[in-house]
Amino acid sequence: MKLRRESHPLVVVGAGPAGLCAALEAAEAGLPPLVLDEGSRGGGQLVKQIHRFFGSREHGAGKRGFQIAEELVSGCLGKGVEIRLGHKVLGFFPDGRLLVDGDEGVFVLQPGATILATGAVEKSFPFPGWTLPGVMGAGAAQTLVNQHRVMPGKRALMVGAGNVGLIVAYQLLQAGVEVAGVIEVNRAVGGYAVHAGRLRREGVPILLRHRLRAAEGKKEVESVLVEDMERGTWKRFSVDTLCLAVGMAPQAELAAMRGCRLVYLSELGGFLPWHDRAMRTDRPGVYVAGDLAGVEEASVAMDEGRLAGLAAALDAGVLDPGEAAERMEEVMDRLELLRGGPFGEPRRKAKERLCSMTGLVTGGAGRKAGIRGRTGRR
Amino acid sequence: MKKGKGCEGKAPGMRVRGHPVLGEPPGGREITVFLDGKPLPAREGEPLAAALFASGIRVAHYAAEGREPRGPFCMIGRCTECRMVLEGKGMVLTCLTPAEEGMRLHTPGRRGKP
Repeated sequence: MKLRRESHPLVVVGAGPAGLCAALEAAEAGLPPLVLDEGSRGGGQLVKQIHRFFGSREHGAGKRGFQIAEELVSGCLGKGVEIRLGHKVLGFFPDGRLLVDGDEGVFVLQPGATILATGAVEKSFPFPGWTLPGVMGAGAAQTLVNQHRVMPGKRALMVGAGNVGLIVAYQLLQAGVEVAGVIEVNRAVGGYAVHAGRLRREGVPILLRHRLRAAEGKKEVESVLVEDMERGTWKRFSVDTLCLAVGMAPQAELAAMRGCRLVYLSELGGFLPWHDRAMRTDRPGVYVAGDLAGVEEASVAMDEGRLAGLAAALDAGVLDPGEAAERMEEVMDRLELLRGGPFGEPRRKAKERLCSMTGLVTGGAGRKAGIRGRTGRR
Repeated sequence: MKKGKGCEGKAPGMRVRGHPVLGEPPGGREITVFLDGKPLPAREGEPLAAALFASGIRVAHYAAEGREPRGPFCMIGRCTECRMVLEGKGMVLTCLTPAEEGMRLHTPGRRGKP
């Protein structure tokens, strides 16, 4: 079968906060990319975020995720970026070509350079009853109530008191789902106090040192067994929905297929493509940004996207090196601030370790990585 | 086919109403799709999985030779647990497939059925 061929100077895979910010920067520098996303709406996971964001003006502080998504999409379209939704990237071959499935059929795309911003996928773990309908990722429940406006069930239990667990539990309440509680194996809440406080004020118990033991039910979830780890006793919650907020992992399949070197960093969610401070991988013309480059938050994803967009424009020769260096410094300084504080510190250190792993990388990319703000063309 | 007894009714009111931040949902056209031959209300353009949840239906297919009911886990096209048979298309991910008038969905893998 002969497949249709297409080429584009710069292709961005993923229209989430990282991909769209990368596209914006590259377009501003004079290299408007083609953005591909399998979803039906641009903005990635931002479209289901309805809480107000923290951070600074550059990160859309005070706005809600779906509003930021709309702004990014219209910003991109205004700058000549082509966004093709409903397009799934099936493959990324070692020679740099992409295999894409869209409404025009399957085709081969030859990019000049590629920015991967494929995001992350929710983690799960096995336990008795984990395949029962009604057991789902917290993100799935969030997608249902905030994006599709339907409830996953009538009464839910949340596993994990990190930010995702706390935020989604509250958003389930807002949508009219009863929340029986949030359980957490650790001794302390992992997420921000403001999110935990909101739940407690609504009377939702956050049970620390409690462990999920089983989901029970014949055809769907009818109850959930939980162990109180301090007392050694078990409790049964009568719920029809069990949400898991137990972390996320970078979606690195395409990067791996392309031959990008992967590195394991538990602080950043697991295996992720090695990259330098300007988001270059060890493969020429392949950049990464956002949760794929380490699971953090949307604000970080946006800034990493900007870095990747700048690096791609610089390496393509459309952006003046002096200007690129200046802009990158600015973004890197902001990232430093975002990774400050007790929540950001482990991620900042992991990123530093990653960028100092020069020995792993073939060619000059690794050596370049150790130098802060180095933006020379390869 | 008997009239009046569709799939809805098991758990009416699973749509989110009067949301404090989002307000009322955007009003997609009311359409009808069919689940295992029975009519099921849906909003045009919403993922089929959302229409099923709206009627309280969470079993998408049966695995392990019909012994294990399975339902949507990720809702973003990754886990494949929401897969069902759509007439004319074959196996689809219902979390990513927009509902269209008259679509006919089938629950695959149920014991005794193909």
